[in-house]
Amino acid sequence: MLLVFRLSSRIPLPYSPKVLEIFRNPRNLGPLEDANVVEMAGSPACGDMIRLYLKIVHRDDGDYIEKASFESYGCAANIAAASILTDMIIGKKVEDAWKISWKQISDELGGLPPIKYHCSILAVGALKRGIRAYYKQIGYNPPWLPKDLTVEERQVLEEEEMMERYYKAMKALGGGSR
Amino acid sequence: MSIAQKVRELLKSHGTPSKEVYFDLENSGFVPQEVVEAMMPYFNRIGYGHPSITHKPGWEALEVVYETKELLGKTIGASDPDEIVFTHSGTEANNLAILGYLLKNRGRKGKVVVSSIEHLSVIFPAQFASELFGFKTVLVPVDSEGFVDPELFKLYVDKETVFVSIQMVNHEIGTIQKLKELIDIAKSANPDIVFHTDAVDAYGWIPIDVKKLGVDMLTISSHKIHGPRGVGALYIRKGVEVEPPIKGQLSVEKNWPGVENVPLIAGFKKAIEIMFSNFDYRVEYVRKLRDKLIKGITSSVPHTIINGPLNEYRVANNVNVSFLFIEGEALTVELSLHGVYVSSGSACSSRVLEPSHVLLAIGRKHEEAHGSILFKLSHYHREEDIDYALEVIPKAVERLRKISAWKQ
Repeated sequence: MLLVFRLSSRIPLPYSPKVLEIFRNPRNLGPLEDANVVEMAGSPACGDMIRLYLKIVHRDDGDYIEKASFESYGCAANIAAASILTDMIIGKKVEDAWKISWKQISDELGGLPPIKYHCSILAVGALKRGIRAYYKQIGYNPPWLPKDLTVEERQVLEEEEMMERYYKAMKALGGGSR
Repeated sequence: MSIAQKVRELLKSHGTPSKEVYFDLENSGFVPQEVVEAMMPYFNRIGYGHPSITHKPGWEALEVVYETKELLGKTIGASDPDEIVFTHSGTEANNLAILGYLLKNRGRKGKVVVSSIEHLSVIFPAQFASELFGFKTVLVPVDSEGFVDPELFKLYVDKETVFVSIQMVNHEIGTIQKLKELIDIAKSANPDIVFHTDAVDAYGWIPIDVKKLGVDMLTISSHKIHGPRGVGALYIRKGVEVEPPIKGQLSVEKNWPGVENVPLIAGFKKAIEIMFSNFDYRVEYVRKLRDKLIKGITSSVPHTIINGPLNEYRVANNVNVSFLFIEGEALTVELSLHGVYVSSGSACSSRVLEPSHVLLAIGRKHEEAHGSILFKLSHYHREEDIDYALEVIPKAVERLRKISAWKQ
């Protein structure tokens, strides 16, 4: 058995009051009954998972995110990132919501500690998956939607696949899970 | 904003809960006033000199250093106070044992055997020394309760084995290892094996007798028994030689260079005195609190797993629970907002992005390890503290389960 640790930033950056405030009173929490997109990113094994509910509507001047809500399994930053993302996208044009970066989420939260960047990456990854799922559903490919996966989507996928590989390897060794 | 300013803002936003209970004695803890008072004179009234120098303040320092060595030695059955070496932490004491012994024996080839649930201050030096000096470090697996199976252990120790380190009590899941049996197996496989044990979580909680055990080196840490941080101790049996892995003093007797932290050693002494007065009564008292907490949690919160054994082989002060469907770091924050201070074996709460290696080694899945919370109790806890924790925990877990994307 080998112990491998991914060492990260040693700077003990604390949470911002904003993260704590949203963690205390998350907004847009829970399932959305009239959602037309429900998308997930992450997994329990990774230690963080976000489920995003979107209601996307078509108007004359484009597609809009009319409603959004979330559920989050993860640390305080993960909960705050998912919550603030829903706040940021409600009422936005889908095309504009697509452009939101993980850095914007981190900034909006008063600056996440580097070790928690992946929380905002996961939130953006879930949103991008949701948007793709919507257009797949209606069978339309907007010109602004890139064919290739974005950095955030790739990173989320990598994290999920890494855990799958880990469990496959452990299973092959005859251990790891009961 | 500077980091200090950020932390200040965070604390302001956190506020001070109306009741506070501290259960994170694994990571560190408060120092009782009587221990603080035992230290005070040594900062500027007596014994503020260097204990190796020939003047009165030096001799006063030497006196308290030896009083502590003698007391500590007596509590573990050592035969000579000089078998006790002070370091500045338990981590340093484990490093001295492992790096120090393997450094002294460099040039020899062979195996270093440690269990897979050791504290990282054992596993890392063992791996490091092996890399440096060409030993082979092998991790012995444990069962689902953290025990090293004696029959399996027999396959790991042989004529090639140079050094073994197995914890007396596990720091996360509280398993009291059947150490005597393992030591006998190691020594009968090869009498030259040096056997070290990290007794940081055993000291003050189970009786220790180094001679009866036949152990060669043993680590103790002051802050795990409500002493001050900054003092560790290593028992090195007479006849076992180590080479100081850090350098800085000419003195040949000094296995850990650097001036002894005399005021803190005086505090350590006081903490030992408290731990060993009324030993059985105190341990029994804490055991009752522990059982109340375990029972209270499992009966009020569904979907929990108690990590570690649930019999007489669980140390009296350890409660480790995995709460399924939520992540432990979020729970530490939620509990903190209500004044219950604990730590978690989740990846997110650690400084590394991996969950506790101890929980993975006993077969917990990642998601079970992510939801783990460690409570460490002591005789400074009162029944009301447990009642308060039991009032707060179910609500906290319920709130986070409501938020969670991982549903039953």
